[in-house]
Amino acid sequence: MKKDKILISGNEAIAQGAIDAGCNFYAGYPITPQNEIIAYMSKHMADSGGVSIQAESELAAISMVYGASAAGARSMTSSSSPGISLKQEGISYIAGAQLPAVIVNIMRGGPGLGNIAPSQSDYFQATRGGGHGDYRLIVLAPASVQEAYELTRLSFDLADKYRIPVMILGDGILGQMMEPVELRPKTKTIPQKSWALSGCRGRKPNIVKSFFLREGALEEFNKTLQKNHQIISKNEIRFEEINLSGAKVVLVAYGTMARIAKSAVAKLSSNGKKVGLIRPISLWPFPKTAFNSKDKKLKYLTIEMSAGQMVEDVRLAVNGRNPVEFLGRSGGGVPTEEEIINKVKKLL
Amino acid sequence: MEKLFTKTESLYDLPTHYCPGCGHGIAHRLIAEVVDELGIREKTIGIAPVGCAVVAYDYWNFDCSEAAHGRALAVATGIKRVRPHNIVFTYQGDGDLAAIGTNETIHAANRGENLSVVFINNAVYGMTGGQMAPTTLLGQKTSTSIEGRKKEKHGFPLKISEMLALLPGVCYIERVSFHTPAEVLKAKRAIKLAFENQINNLGFSLVEILSPCPTYWGLNPKEALDWTRDIMQKEFPLGRIK
Amino acid sequence: MTERIIIAGSGGQGVMLLGKVLAETAMLEGKQVTYLPAYGPEVRGGTSHCMVTISDEEIGSPYISQADTLIILNNPSLEKFKGKLRNKGLLILNSSLAKSESSGKTCLCQFPFTDMAIKLGNIKVANMVALGCYLSARKTLKINDVLQVFKIMAPAGNLRILEINEQALAEGAGLNHG
Repeated sequence: MKKDKILISGNEAIAQGAIDAGCNFYAGYPITPQNEIIAYMSKHMADSGGVSIQAESELAAISMVYGASAAGARSMTSSSSPGISLKQEGISYIAGAQLPAVIVNIMRGGPGLGNIAPSQSDYFQATRGGGHGDYRLIVLAPASVQEAYELTRLSFDLADKYRIPVMILGDGILGQMMEPVELRPKTKTIPQKSWALSGCRGRKPNIVKSFFLREGALEEFNKTLQKNHQIISKNEIRFEEINLSGAKVVLVAYGTMARIAKSAVAKLSSNGKKVGLIRPISLWPFPKTAFNSKDKKLKYLTIEMSAGQMVEDVRLAVNGRNPVEFLGRSGGGVPTEEEIINKVKKLL
Repeated sequence: MEKLFTKTESLYDLPTHYCPGCGHGIAHRLIAEVVDELGIREKTIGIAPVGCAVVAYDYWNFDCSEAAHGRALAVATGIKRVRPHNIVFTYQGDGDLAAIGTNETIHAANRGENLSVVFINNAVYGMTGGQMAPTTLLGQKTSTSIEGRKKEKHGFPLKISEMLALLPGVCYIERVSFHTPAEVLKAKRAIKLAFENQINNLGFSLVEILSPCPTYWGLNPKEALDWTRDIMQKEFPLGRIK
Repeated sequence: MTERIIIAGSGGQGVMLLGKVLAETAMLEGKQVTYLPAYGPEVRGGTSHCMVTISDEEIGSPYISQADTLIILNNPSLEKFKGKLRNKGLLILNSSLAKSESSGKTCLCQFPFTDMAIKLGNIKVANMVALGCYLSARKTLKINDVLQVFKIMAPAGNLRILEINEQALAEGAGLNHG
């Protein structure tokens, strides 16, 4: 019997993961299906000496996070799709000011008010920066409640290491689902931030800014951002692969969708079909290196809870070497195991 | 010999980029003098606005942050909650504080955030080229109210200070002007009180300054100061509001 | 072994709690488990449901499109979910509030859980009578482990609540032996 696990939802695991990572500032605004995060933070942040604020808007929440990060805190905000659209202003400023921050998007159906069903239709927005300007975020996509906990903890370390906003991209199912989770001891050492605003005692004033008026200054600065992006692209690729050797069809899916794809792979494999799976865990940087098969007859099948977004990155990674097929449902629809199996059978 | 003046440590020794007769230079100096007099330079964190004063940190010799247009008080909230022992203030124009950031302003005030706000009301958008502001007076001509602000078309000048005074979280609000040296000294006293309130953990304080913008008022510096005294004050009366 | 269970009833009948007890017990037994509650506006009034998958292997979708078992506590829920039961699947039905004809396609256990709970002295424990009934029909988890989970989940100091839930579970478990 295992007693060292607790049964919690993905949303709660993200919140607890943040607290265990030493997050000491949270600001959010209620929106389904991520309300458990703001409730959990309101209840538990004070115990660990942190601050949790229910902001007046998503705009205010992300700007509070900007301020807290500027002051050296490990800070986080969370929302779901329509709220993340509002946060894009602040995310762009955070990226421009080279501040670390963690942003959680528990996606729901869109566009507009959409619905509250699970969805993966914010992939473009997440992986292309989302707001104005030349920047990216690190985007991590957990597929289980345990992984939601682990990746949230990791995201604070990456945010501090690279001084970049990191997004946890989940969907309504991941946020709401409960699974057994093993918690780890709290992070003890949090890096010193010499650039943070703390009052200029014994040093020159620190300025947190993203405004570069002098001709050429912004271009110069953006080159440093791009260099940082290149280092991240080299160091922070994460993915899981299953049954790739000898596979005739390789499924590509992330998050909740990857779990369903994995079941389909298990079922097809038990019937002797040569089917594998690539599960991107880092959506940016996208794990291009995983798509390196020499078998020209191999087909990739990208499966998404969207009308086809990650499939574009798969095509860029494959670069015409292999056919890339797509199976997806939008507006809250979730492709089923049966739909995947039928599609794979047609491709084999 | 008695020393009458020393350089203000919180203010860098730099030529100003502001237009002749602009109020920002005076406001920057008053804040710097107050910070020095209170001995808080090493724990002060300023939030620069979006607008002409976006590079206020080029003049101030203490820690500063930018904020997105209108979000200064949300940024300040984040900083102050994480560092309650630092002295955090925002410096915001009328568009920032009373148009795009009205929500942040009202809610930071309503939470009673222990912050100080210096609110520069010049009744116009300066940096973007003289458009109508929420505080533009009726009849005042701007590039987006060419025939003068009309209540039927544009609504009324927004008295955000009076609105904020209604909130229980607000500790102190005063409206001041720069039109005579004596008024400038009054303005400094008001700013100092707003900072002292924060030091004493009394909650949200705001000083509204009627600040000249000769360039977009189409006046010379002297006329601009007279205009704040003779015209602007009728709509925005000076004195302690709360 | 993989067991996919949809539990449904009206708001207030404790279907979420039933699902959580199942999930906590599965976790206690070291099994893989997912618990997915309905989180839409339908949780306020109308039908409420949750989905629990228990397995010895890694679980794919926590969303259940074809259930091995339905535990249904009222008639609207029966109408909503009966199409999701697999061929020869198990239907645990609260006959106090819903009725179904037995057919060759389903394995039907219907008993008046609500009436039995009223007799026990608390209408709210109908869910645990249903749980007992389910566990005796399909031995997915051990009754003793459920009792242990009760002790962990029960509000501290409220022995009466613990006791009546234990009674309800036992009553339910006895139904299929009668």
